[in-house]
Amino acid sequence: MNVTRRSFIKTGGAAVAGTMVLPPLLKSCQNIQISPDVKSYLDHFEVTPEMLQKVIAEAMSKGGDYADLFFEHAISNRLGLEDGKVNSAHSNVDYGVGVRVLKGDQTGFAYTESTNLQDMLKVAKTAANIANDPVTFSQNGIIEKSIPNYYKVSQKWENSTIEEKIPFVQKLNDRLFELDEKVTKARVFQRDETSYVMFYSSEGLLTYDYRPMATLGVVCVMEKDGGIENDYSARSVRKGFEFMDDNLVEELAQEAVKKTNFLFGGGKPKAGELPVVLGAGGSGILLHEAMGHPFEADFNRKGESIFSDKMGKSIAKDFINIVEDGTMENNRGAINVDDEGNDVKKVYLVKDGVLESYLHDRISAKHYGVDPTGNGRRQSFRHVPLPRMRITYMENGPHTTDDIISSVDYGVYVDNFTNGQVKIGAGDFTFFVKSGYLIEKGKLTQPIKDINIIGNGPQALADITMAAGDYKTATGTWTCGKGGQSVPVGMGLPTVLVKKLTVGGTSA
Amino acid sequence: MTKEEKYSIAKWAMEHAVQNGAQQARVTIYNNNSSQIEVRDEKIDKLQESNRSGMRINLYVDNKYSSISTSRITNKKELGKFIEEAIAGTRYLAEDEARTLPDPDRYYKGDGPDLKSVDPNFTSVDPQQKVKDAFALEKEVLGTDERIISVSTSYSDGMSGSVMVASNGFEGNSENSYYFLSASVSVTDGEARPSGNWYESAIFSDKLVRKDIAKKAMKRAIDRLGQAKIGSGKMPMIVENKSVGQLLEPLISALNGSSIQQKQSYLIGMKGEKIGSDLMTLTDDPFIVSGRGSRLFDNEGMATQKRAVVENGVLKTYYIDTYYGKKLEMEATSGSTTNLVFKPGKKDLEGLLADIDRGILVTGFNGGNSNGVTGDFSYGIEGFLVEKGKLVKPVAEMNITGNFKQIWNDLVAVGNDIDPSRSWRVPSLVFANVDFSGI
Repeated sequence: MNVTRRSFIKTGGAAVAGTMVLPPLLKSCQNIQISPDVKSYLDHFEVTPEMLQKVIAEAMSKGGDYADLFFEHAISNRLGLEDGKVNSAHSNVDYGVGVRVLKGDQTGFAYTESTNLQDMLKVAKTAANIANDPVTFSQNGIIEKSIPNYYKVSQKWENSTIEEKIPFVQKLNDRLFELDEKVTKARVFQRDETSYVMFYSSEGLLTYDYRPMATLGVVCVMEKDGGIENDYSARSVRKGFEFMDDNLVEELAQEAVKKTNFLFGGGKPKAGELPVVLGAGGSGILLHEAMGHPFEADFNRKGESIFSDKMGKSIAKDFINIVEDGTMENNRGAINVDDEGNDVKKVYLVKDGVLESYLHDRISAKHYGVDPTGNGRRQSFRHVPLPRMRITYMENGPHTTDDIISSVDYGVYVDNFTNGQVKIGAGDFTFFVKSGYLIEKGKLTQPIKDINIIGNGPQALADITMAAGDYKTATGTWTCGKGGQSVPVGMGLPTVLVKKLTVGGTSA
Repeated sequence: MTKEEKYSIAKWAMEHAVQNGAQQARVTIYNNNSSQIEVRDEKIDKLQESNRSGMRINLYVDNKYSSISTSRITNKKELGKFIEEAIAGTRYLAEDEARTLPDPDRYYKGDGPDLKSVDPNFTSVDPQQKVKDAFALEKEVLGTDERIISVSTSYSDGMSGSVMVASNGFEGNSENSYYFLSASVSVTDGEARPSGNWYESAIFSDKLVRKDIAKKAMKRAIDRLGQAKIGSGKMPMIVENKSVGQLLEPLISALNGSSIQQKQSYLIGMKGEKIGSDLMTLTDDPFIVSGRGSRLFDNEGMATQKRAVVENGVLKTYYIDTYYGKKLEMEATSGSTTNLVFKPGKKDLEGLLADIDRGILVTGFNGGNSNGVTGDFSYGIEGFLVEKGKLVKPVAEMNITGNFKQIWNDLVAVGNDIDPSRSWRVPSLVFANVDFSGI
């Protein structure tokens, strides 16, 4: 087939707009009925249904149980401001297809950065080697899967120019300096990403997704009486260029200045076990680390998780409901379809305090004999899917925020975090608190900053003794790393009290 | 892709940029081939092969700067358009006089020694042997202890090659190979399921240690059974060599030109000043033969040099690239570390422990972070309680909290147990008086 290769490339410059958008390319010799939507994706990747079937046949030729192809074309642009000027830009284009073959729980995987038939056949042959009983694969008919859209876009990033983006980046810097004369440095970053993905499996399932991501943030440095502090403020959502607006800029500027100002005079609590009140929103990091990861079914399938024997058992107070959801509109962790072609579901991990479900990918769902939960995700076409979180949150509880804080004699209130981690088997999880308050005799008193908090997952979950009705979804730019792969995630929490966690601090 | 093919595309792209409006351009092209075999339950769990190529172009247009990168490097028509669009886009940015290629005098001139960073026999390693190596590790421990619940072992190897050209007269290429064997073992005695890991790596296949990897991983897991936090307090902290990087990384980051210029460093203005105890001597040595971090030029093409970073506790240099050098009006050194060598002491880990009356040996960190501006840190840890020179019991779920200005001054002993397979060659270290939080 001799078609002109289209340019897949779009710069941050984007002086020329719109060249990226799926032009209709005529391809003949197709007797398979497909919809225009799917056809546009096939054309985008310059493949035909016949080619997909040939590659799958090669992938299955050694006797695999199942195979899939994951096509991806990702375009990302970044703008940077330093020392008052929007003075750097970066654009990246990535393109290729991953071929995966499964035999029971076993995986063979290879990828190519081309969608040329010969290149695809070559990697399919490599991935096929996970099995070793040569067979002839009989094709399934193509089943098109139409997907919902949880991230509607008004103006695609590909249709937006660098000229349009620069003023927002500049304004965020300028507002910061206007808001507080203590601001001495600001670093602003804007990033947009557009990802086209297409999926085809040996079961004949053919689907696709268009995934935008938008990020704007600022690092703020302030100086006061010879002391320096910094903090940052950022938002990241699945939206198009409409994400950039003056309200967002103002909100980020105000927040960054407020957060950084707060750090002057911040101290440390007394080291040791303390009651910890987690403020609504970003404190969802507690769920992500303490429960989310250990609930991922790959760890449980291998018996490596501390929650491996807890299915169906009560693991928390009966007012606790923990949800894993990928359908929250425009959320950073939302996906229309998972990276194995499965529906994205809202799943109760913990319902009325009882462990109800793990997070599954195809391998683990099969292993446990349950339906997939839509948690099979991968960083890119270069990676195999793994059970991963999307948006992890706790529903509202029966208490009030005031009741929770006033119940604490000496403890900490925390609501600003930078990172967390968990040891799956031991169950020990941590999260780093950028700032919060000391609680003394039921009142928020001194600011605290830069302390790590560590706990044990099952114990911490059992120790959530109060939960308020002020649920908030976290804003911010959470990225989750596992097995060398990063994926964007979301989280949320109402204000909760954990009876005791070990808090970093100073000893008398 | 051969070296010559890479040079050919790189030079074409560089010339295309210069002909279309860029005054300067630098192009890097790389490709990495790697394979990985993971084994569990006496079967191959995962078989992965990767062949990745990419290109990165830095564009300097009328004192304005941008960069582009892509995995699609073979279609010149498409690439040409990408470069042209990027140049057009760059013109909308603000001018920044500090954005230039390095001074050509600083470039590596192609006269360095062979650092032996690549295995010439890489492509002739038998794939069956790779599989056998991974299975052999599993056999070391499988069925040897009823507390084992999961064993994963893996073999991986890779070879990468890159070329770089710059329009003011740089050409250079490098090649690296690695071989890696690792094991992860989970054990249980009821509730918790601690895991232990171990790995060996080498640049040459015939230098790769292939024995006792899973055994060491298993021992590290079993030693953690029964781990629990102990009372909070100030104690000496011994940090095992494998984990010292966690404490060193924020220090190196604070020496970075970007951190200094953006006021995100607690070491601003500290060159020539004491930042650690007399026992702290750190050298950046790019020329160690077969060192993991060895290189003749840095990622801007500047010739590398052996440098004293810290000498007897006194800060000697920063890590400054061309851009931040200009902004700071300081001489560019190089923006990144090569082999970072901590001057070893005389005792091994056991010897260091023998001098401890009561303290904690840290064998792993768990999360935490630091404040680059103030030097404050707080990290989760796991390890062992040490009493009268002996490991008494495993501890976990604890934090250490302090400030880097203080902790490096509290360095009271340095071990001799450097792992030469890593680019950061650090021994086990002992710090006095660290704040531990537990119960």
